[in-house]
Amino acid sequence: MNTEKDIWKLGNHEFTSRFILGSGKYSLELIQVAVENAGAQIVTMALRRANEGGLANILDYIPENVTILPNTSGARNAEEAVRIARLAREVCGSEFIKIEIMRDSRYLLPDNYETVKATEILAKEGFVVMPYMYPDLNVARDMADAGAACIMPLGAPIGSNKGLCTKEFIQILIDEIDLPIIVDAGIGRPSQACEAMEMGAAAVMANTAIASSGDVKAMAGAMGQAVQAGRTAYLAGLGQTRTRGGSASSPLTGYLRD
Amino acid sequence: MSTDQHINESILNDEIREHQKENRTDHMAYLPDMENIGSEMLEQVLTETAAYDYDAFTADDVRHALRQERKSLRDFQALLSPAALPFLEEIAQQAQAETQKYFGNSVSMFTPVYIANYCENYCIYCGFNCHNRIRRAQLNPEEIRREFAAVAKTGLKEVLILTGESRKKSTVEYIGEAVKIAREYFRVIGLEVYPMNSDEYAYLHKCGADYVTVFQETYNPDKYETLHLAGHKRVFPYRFHAQERALMGGMRGVGLAALLGLDDFRKDAFATGMHAYLLQKKYPHAEIAFSCPRLCPIINNDKINPMDVHEAQLLQVVCAYRLFMPFAGITISSRECARVRDNLVQIAATKISAGVSTGIGEHGEEVQDKGDEQFEISDGRTVDEVYHALTDHHLQPVMADYIYV
Repeated sequence: MNTEKDIWKLGNHEFTSRFILGSGKYSLELIQVAVENAGAQIVTMALRRANEGGLANILDYIPENVTILPNTSGARNAEEAVRIARLAREVCGSEFIKIEIMRDSRYLLPDNYETVKATEILAKEGFVVMPYMYPDLNVARDMADAGAACIMPLGAPIGSNKGLCTKEFIQILIDEIDLPIIVDAGIGRPSQACEAMEMGAAAVMANTAIASSGDVKAMAGAMGQAVQAGRTAYLAGLGQTRTRGGSASSPLTGYLRD
Repeated sequence: MSTDQHINESILNDEIREHQKENRTDHMAYLPDMENIGSEMLEQVLTETAAYDYDAFTADDVRHALRQERKSLRDFQALLSPAALPFLEEIAQQAQAETQKYFGNSVSMFTPVYIANYCENYCIYCGFNCHNRIRRAQLNPEEIRREFAAVAKTGLKEVLILTGESRKKSTVEYIGEAVKIAREYFRVIGLEVYPMNSDEYAYLHKCGADYVTVFQETYNPDKYETLHLAGHKRVFPYRFHAQERALMGGMRGVGLAALLGLDDFRKDAFATGMHAYLLQKKYPHAEIAFSCPRLCPIINNDKINPMDVHEAQLLQVVCAYRLFMPFAGITISSRECARVRDNLVQIAATKISAGVSTGIGEHGEEVQDKGDEQFEISDGRTVDEVYHALTDHHLQPVMADYIYV
């Protein structure tokens, strides 16, 4: 298998790296080294953190050769998300937008209903819309119909590092939705990122797992490797898992004689 | 000494003692024009706070609280109790881990800008109170612009506008004009002004303000009454419901605080946390922030007061806020010295002021007739110095974290 040709697409853009790096929660000067070590081609960025021409402007720290994926964090409804997306296009010159709409400051759970509304408006305006959502098949279909470029289901509450709590539901999205499924939020360790990729996720996004580790650079590298390993395993086809005991040769059909 | 009799004696003088003897208005009754939103929150907070017997908590209660992933109100009480003090290191470590989970190493920077110091209230502990013969001042729009321009030059993108509490001198319209000017220079604008009605908050939100901070000072109505002798601020419930009215007016977030040390700080910290908890429950989208001002104990005071808030108690309160509401912002004031602030931002605080002046018109150099300060600050570091202190501690200064839409 030649992994160099293992390309995936968002809108009309092609990528080979399947690890999307978050940029919040750790020092800005570490972004570049994290990107390099993880081999990331896409870095997310909260537009609300951009401080053009000012101190600690996150845009100054994202390497030029990576795609900036601005998000709408801070938006509480579709209308606010749409306005932030339009600002993001002006500031970043990018048509990518990750929609984050939260109406809950405690758990930061995405509001699927408002996210569908924002997706529809922004897709019509030509954005590559990447909706962050709770993994609900019906809503994911609505997102696809509304013009989403991918679906970004959460694995666990954002920042929790709890891994794939919603695994069964993410698997359903992977099986049923004909768009890249990018697992976003909750991935706390490389093994979980690997598992998401083994399941058939198109990519994985992580931030807190790296930011809260002892060594941002090293953990970014570990995540990148885990994502690659998981992808390779998925492409290779996983061996079957036995639910109990060893493998009897033909427990049910052994009686057949002719 | 009983809790009820506790008072920080440094704030008393003969004039105040005379006033305290006079008949005073009912501090629980609304004045005309004060919007009454009829919330039950106040009763819940007062009832639970009155019932909070912190001496009843044991080391086992604290250990139990520390084991819980989500702290209940009872866990919060345990963490604020004297029994928790021997666990302070463990508590601080857990608080630090929670802070990192929710905020990473980000610390927001801002500065307060005092545009007026006229005040109609008689709060016996405050430098601005209407009986203090200090130089009063109010900046006009041109002076406000100069102040903001000077602050903006330091690189800050967030300001907190303060006025003192005089509705007559610093009208809602006056504050609104200041907010509009601030919008030209800053991304995030907070208000720390007198409590007002929800339609007035809505107006100021429309002008560009994002969040509102109101200090309740103390949640003990009886003690409150003895400290706030006159003025609108005397009306305890109107002040209590200010944050809710601000949220009703569309503000993104609200800040709360008790001035620790005015009364029983453990009860006040509990009440502040519970107030915040109930607000967040009722308005889930609201961003919540705590401030942690304290009256510093008098050094060499021969009366050792168990109610004094020393550095350890301050840390205990800050950590208890963090563990009870891990997602809430915590602001640490320049009343604290650089050493305390630099350590608290590494543990639990998420917002720090810099380049602070509590006088009127001190940022712009050309403003004459400056008004006097509200209180003396202990950390007079410039924006640049605080910025580098943060980066030296491997923290990431954040100048803007919000887009006004």
